[in-house]
Amino acid sequence: MNKTITIDGLSVPFQEGQTIMDAALAAGVYIPRLCHNPEFKPHGSCKLCTVKVNGRNVASCTMPAVEGQQVLNDTDELNADRLALTQMLFVEGNHLCPACEKSGNCQLQAVAYYLGMMSPHYNHFYPQREVDASHPDVILDRNRCIYCELCVRASRDADGKNVFGLSGRGIQSSLVVNSASGRLGDTSLAATDKAVQVCPTGAILQKGKGFTVPIGRRVFDHHTIKEIQTGGGHD
Amino acid sequence: MDQPELSDCAQQLTQILTRHGRDASRLLQILRDVQDACHVISAQAIDLIAVHLAVPRVNVEGVAGFYSFLSTRPVGEYQVLFSGNITDQMLGQDELMQYLCNKLWVEPGKVSEDGLVSIAGTSCTGMCDQGPAALVNGWVLTNLDRNRLDLIGELIRSRKPVAEWPPMLFETADNIRRADMLLGDALAPGAAIGAVLARGARETLAEMDKSNLRGRGGAGFKTASKWSFCHAAIVEEEGHVICDVGGPPERVIVCNADEGEPGTFKDRVLLNSYADLVFEGMTVGARVVGASKGFLYLRGEYRYLLNRLEGVLKRRREAGLLGNAILGQADFSFDIEIHLGAGAYICGEESALIESLEGKRGRPRNRPPFPVTHGYQGRPTVVDNVETFACAAKIAEKGGAWFAAMGTAQSTGTKLLSVSGDVASPGIYEYPFGVTVRQVLADCGAEDPYAVQISGPSGTCVSWKEFDRCIAFEDIPTAGAFMVFSRKRDVFDAVRNFTHFFAHESCGFCTPCRVGTALQQKIIDKIHGGHGTLSDLEELKRLGHLLKTMSHCGLGSSAANPVLDVLAKFPDAFEHKLAGLAFEPAFDLDGALETARKITGRDDEWAHL
Ligand SMILES: Cc1cc2nc3c(=O)[nH]c(=O)nc-3n(C[C@H](O)[C@H](O)[C@H](O)COP(=O)(O)O)c2cc1C
Ligand code: SF4
Ligand code: SF4
Ligand code: FES
Repeated sequence: MNKTITIDGLSVPFQEGQTIMDAALAAGVYIPRLCHNPEFKPHGSCKLCTVKVNGRNVASCTMPAVEGQQVLNDTDELNADRLALTQMLFVEGNHLCPACEKSGNCQLQAVAYYLGMMSPHYNHFYPQREVDASHPDVILDRNRCIYCELCVRASRDADGKNVFGLSGRGIQSSLVVNSASGRLGDTSLAATDKAVQVCPTGAILQKGKGFTVPIGRRVFDHHTIKEIQTGGGHD
Repeated sequence: MDQPELSDCAQQLTQILTRHGRDASRLLQILRDVQDACHVISAQAIDLIAVHLAVPRVNVEGVAGFYSFLSTRPVGEYQVLFSGNITDQMLGQDELMQYLCNKLWVEPGKVSEDGLVSIAGTSCTGMCDQGPAALVNGWVLTNLDRNRLDLIGELIRSRKPVAEWPPMLFETADNIRRADMLLGDALAPGAAIGAVLARGARETLAEMDKSNLRGRGGAGFKTASKWSFCHAAIVEEEGHVICDVGGPPERVIVCNADEGEPGTFKDRVLLNSYADLVFEGMTVGARVVGASKGFLYLRGEYRYLLNRLEGVLKRRREAGLLGNAILGQADFSFDIEIHLGAGAYICGEESALIESLEGKRGRPRNRPPFPVTHGYQGRPTVVDNVETFACAAKIAEKGGAWFAAMGTAQSTGTKLLSVSGDVASPGIYEYPFGVTVRQVLADCGAEDPYAVQISGPSGTCVSWKEFDRCIAFEDIPTAGAFMVFSRKRDVFDAVRNFTHFFAHESCGFCTPCRVGTALQQKIIDKIHGGHGTLSDLEELKRLGHLLKTMSHCGLGSSAANPVLDVLAKFPDAFEHKLAGLAFEPAFDLDGALETARKITGRDDEWAHL
């Protein structure tokens, strides 16, 4: 017997041990997300994937699916709240999309499009954050970091290296790298590492690849993030 | 003496690492000691620790950067941190801090040029009944005034080691003003454990159930249920029933003595003068759930209690009340280890506390699974408040019916209140549940009371119109704080203080709280600065909604409580400060509260103007 939950009235099957997000993904249902990447252990920090289950908000990427759950996902209220969280992510960092090499391939930008973000709404924090160009093949621009810890998880779980980590607390959180100098160039990071591929924003970029695909022909120039993230895994 | 040389530190570091057995789960304890010895956790120290503990360097740096009492940049040889709770402020903390800064030629938040001293603020140190308070190199200073600061300034200038400062500077008082069943009569050490052994563990759980004891840490979860889930966790896992409390000793008992909620200091008094009762309760819990390992997580601010508590543990071991074969019972072993926190309110949240116990950043875990099934190092773990364990010891000794006869049906027993603010006699008051706010105010000699912040910033602001409400889970639940504001106070100052507190203490894990608490602080500061407009009030309500409904843990979801409460109950406190109001005569203040009413789910008289 298949177990099922319903998402916005649609009956969605799941297997024991799957999260609501897993079940949604398998059924082709889009739930906005930034810190979740199906290849890695769920994290649950961005809260974009928040859904309402039996009247209570939960992060769908970490909440186990349970028989009979009534999940609300694509509602005006949730999307408005997700939009506000996205705006928060924009203003706490320094995101200058027109000048960013990730533009058009950036999931933060794409989710903002999807949720209809027309302005950052909140006042910008304009924090001072460090850019690290010390690595021969990779650039780390902390201005664009949203603390999703995908690089942390990828480096730890896929690359077996622990190149990245978080330090600080609260709004003073910061991404740190595994060297006494604090420089990326002094870590064991290689351009081929999974950690270099997973950043949803333009915080980690490969050097020497600038504009190989011109703006206008990038992923999210032609597809919504919903299409891409429900279309069979080419994240 | 200059900052200790690096080689010095390297040497001390080796000793520290050895002392902690190079155990990675003791990372936070190691870093505390390094900070003490070197006044900084340098990049070199981080390197060495990472190598010796065989953990990634980023993990060590992550922990060093998380806790307020650790620093990766040098602090003064003497670090003075003034307690920043609103009650300290009401007693003149701001002015006193500036006074000491002037005296020692140092700017707040900076280190003096010679590296001698740094002065800054810190979250509530739990001395609200004897403030203004501060910490010097982690040791608590109470009842500060200019005279004391003159003396302290001299001691620092003459580089007198803190250990040699006059003891009167560090004196603390219990200030027990009203005692009932918990504080009233002493328990003979071993009496509760003896009763459990005589009665049996299952039967003791039944007594706990009958007592209807609910957690005193704030959430009010029924303690007997928590204990039985924890006990059942292993039964289920192994697919067979473990007879009585035998079985493998994999469960863990944790006593939550983080007491970080501003305005709360009753756990400090319990640990200072009733430690046996607390340890006895933990031991009772251990017997009931079948745990062999116990931790007391003591907030860093209370490090001055550490030696004394270690002494009590030692005495209990010698008396056969801890360790192997407790009271001669061959199958009953249990011991308690004390871990110190390092300045992080979030570590009072039970899953963050467990992370911290494991030597990590204090970040709340994803739940499920809950600590009762997957807690400390994955083992079934009970986390309970200090006062909860004290009650448990009493119940074990005197029975569930005895306990349930006190208080109200839904809130049995008594509650310790930490009373501070505008009152004649601040201190600890123990009442049966159901006592009215008005009664407490009368007993403590409140001066013209206007508002009471109950259960701290994350609790409820109760206005003078509501003083007939009761302290009870079914009316006003509380973890113990009771801060009184007289009519001459501006409640907006309290809101501002609390807003800063939450922004400072947010762990930063989730977006709504990390950014939302910072935004909230910015808006409140804007209003404070006289630049607020009506749209800022709307924005605060909207932020309140996001914090409440989208946050990962209780810190974020209660971080807007002070703002929303005061907006609903004392709209004047905000209105007076708005720059735009005079030009907006059409403003309908009551209408503007609609969102706040929706969010708080209220529509009663007090939610309207
Ligand atoms: C941000 C935050 C801080 C907390 N701080 C404390 C604390 O200092 N002491 C405490 O006992 N419980 C605290 N709690 C509640 C604990 O998570 C937990 O519910 C409690 O320790 C359970 O014990 P009890 O059932 O005996 O109340 C806090 C919760 C949150 C969300
Ligand atoms: S650098 Fe990128 S992947 Fe890493 S935490 Fe920041 S946003 Fe996430
Ligand atoms: S709500 Fe705040 S304290 Fe809790 S996990 Fe989120 S950021 Fe951390
Ligand atoms: S995608 Fe679930 S919290 Fe980020």
